[in-house]
Amino acid sequence: MSEEPRPGVILADDGTEVLVRLRGLTKHFDVSPPLLARLLEGKRRRVLKAVDGLDLDIARGRTTALVGESGCGKSTVARMLVTLYEPTAGDLVFEGSDIGRLRDRRALAPIRRRMQMIFQDPFASLNPRWRVGRIIAEPIRAHGLMDDAGAIRRRVSELLEHVGLRAHDADRFPHEFSGGQRQRLSIARALASSPHFLVCDEPTSALDVSVQAQILNLLRDLQRELGLTYLVITHDLAVVRFMADTIGVMYLGRLCEVAPADALFARPRHPYTRLLIETVPDLRAPDRDRKPMAGEVPSPLDPPPGCAFHTRCPWAAARCARERPALLPHGGPGAVACHAVEEGRLPAPGG
Amino acid sequence: MAEPLLSVRDLRVTFPTRRGVLTAVDGVSFDIMPGEILGVVGESGAGKSQTGAAIIGLLEPPGRIASGTIHLEGERIDRLSPDKLRRIRGRRIGAVFQDPLTSLNPLYTIGRQLTETMRTHLDLSEAQARDRAVALLGEVGIPAPADRLDAYPHQFSGGMRQRVVIALALCANPRLIIADEPTTALDVSIQAQITALLKRLCREHDTAVLLITHDMGVIAETADRVAVLYGGRLAEVGPVDAVVNRPLHPYTEGLMACIPTTHDRPPRLAQIEGSMPSLRAMPAGCAFHPRCPHAFNRCVAERPPLFDHPPSAAACWLWAPEGARAAPRERTAS
Repeated sequence: MSEEPRPGVILADDGTEVLVRLRGLTKHFDVSPPLLARLLEGKRRRVLKAVDGLDLDIARGRTTALVGESGCGKSTVARMLVTLYEPTAGDLVFEGSDIGRLRDRRALAPIRRRMQMIFQDPFASLNPRWRVGRIIAEPIRAHGLMDDAGAIRRRVSELLEHVGLRAHDADRFPHEFSGGQRQRLSIARALASSPHFLVCDEPTSALDVSVQAQILNLLRDLQRELGLTYLVITHDLAVVRFMADTIGVMYLGRLCEVAPADALFARPRHPYTRLLIETVPDLRAPDRDRKPMAGEVPSPLDPPPGCAFHTRCPWAAARCARERPALLPHGGPGAVACHAVEEGRLPAPGG
Repeated sequence: MAEPLLSVRDLRVTFPTRRGVLTAVDGVSFDIMPGEILGVVGESGAGKSQTGAAIIGLLEPPGRIASGTIHLEGERIDRLSPDKLRRIRGRRIGAVFQDPLTSLNPLYTIGRQLTETMRTHLDLSEAQARDRAVALLGEVGIPAPADRLDAYPHQFSGGMRQRVVIALALCANPRLIIADEPTTALDVSIQAQITALLKRLCREHDTAVLLITHDMGVIAETADRVAVLYGGRLAEVGPVDAVVNRPLHPYTEGLMACIPTTHDRPPRLAQIEGSMPSLRAMPAGCAFHPRCPHAFNRCVAERPPLFDHPPSAAACWLWAPEGARAAPRERTAS
């Protein structure tokens, strides 16, 4: 793989290279009623704050994961990263250049070549009328990476074999493949333009567990061989545990906690992270008297003031309802947005 | 030993299609004891939902029960007229499905749906039914139940809707509930609430549950026994702890090993090569043999019956009386 010159390499405090840096990244969707309804019926403007000021560094060659329940904004982050959505505010720096507000197709093309996305549903993300060879060659053609038909065919064969399929599968149609094989096809297509960065949005949620294991192993093998950087978006904590080096936990458009994966699972600090980890049924250590987390996720259209989690938090105090906590290290590895952690009034985990 | 509440014997569900007859459930047998939670696990296409649908008489045409018997409290229910089946559904067998909106009528208030269901099956006055509806909604954790009686399904969140469906399933005091992926459509924090609720209510009402799910974690924490299906056939059945920690069938062994956990981060997950065969191309002999690391000649030629190996039983030639394995192996930590 040829490396482009990379201007302005960002280094994190610990010396690792930051491939993607998000600062105050925000996406608001205007979901107001139509103008006429607002004028005649006095309905107000409504803004959905899908992502509300997100700070995150994604280290090169590692896997960063965003976890959270539906409506927490994790998929919106993914879509902003691959330039499908334009951020409302904030910076999105990829390999040294701020790409958040780039909208010119020609300027975006070289960036899009270096980042690809794998979607959840391998049945919806592959064109059913195209043969596999054409599907996988599309990024090569779209980015003008190769002209010679023979060279493209060789590259497609190589990609297919790389993801555990056979070269002659190029002549078949997507419907001839099982769900797991289709997800392999999606991965082969994503790799076709030799990207550095893969965004995987719930890559195995649509698959059966035995197939999930195959795909997760494949993703980790490819990372090791090709030095890829991953952002994995998922609600499945067990998948995150297997894949991620760094984990960000999201709740209602904000990060509650970011930490190295081992630390996050061994010593979760934010009350939401703790309850989330405690709440997941576990095959190896079943707890038949597990106490579920109380309450439901509030509507992202009308998030609670202060800390968005205070309505469900067993340790919430008056300050939590008033003042939004900032994401700060508070002495640990990673960072956490919680007044109770800052004030040291959280009991030890499990207590 | 007590009489089983539900007894399924050699159940076969087939779908006649233009390209031949598909067998979705192929010779499945199991019992559910009163008050017991039996988990049914398997990957997509394993036949777990069709098994549930056959019991409750809700197979989608052209699907039909081709052979086998289903007995509920000693009474045969697999050949009842639609009318008689309707009287069993709701009254003696309740149902909770994945999507609460398929169980709720969007045009009726939930109070009406509850009282109507109760009055169809039980001898109650309108006022009695309303009182009982309020009590039930309170029991399933709907806040201010008396005020919510006149609300419509769309006015509830997904988790609250599933609570209403559970109230609806329980309202005529059935002896058995068929819960088909009851938490799959919900968020993780809500999933745990619903599983805990289902478990508590069934204990309190002494209702048995057939819990169909793909999530082994839920089974491990909820079920008393578990049946593992593969390719429409029963691969293994036994107490949850035995099936999870001392699996007999190589498929169960592979399935348990490939599930990631939040407790450790192995360099690789164990994997079962290949994928489940399609119903159109079921291999001869044992359905699992093309993927099985222990397959031998007999597995290719002959379909294994269920061999008893207390406390579990497995359909695998390794466990034949003269078979290769003497005792189940403790699953090694991956």
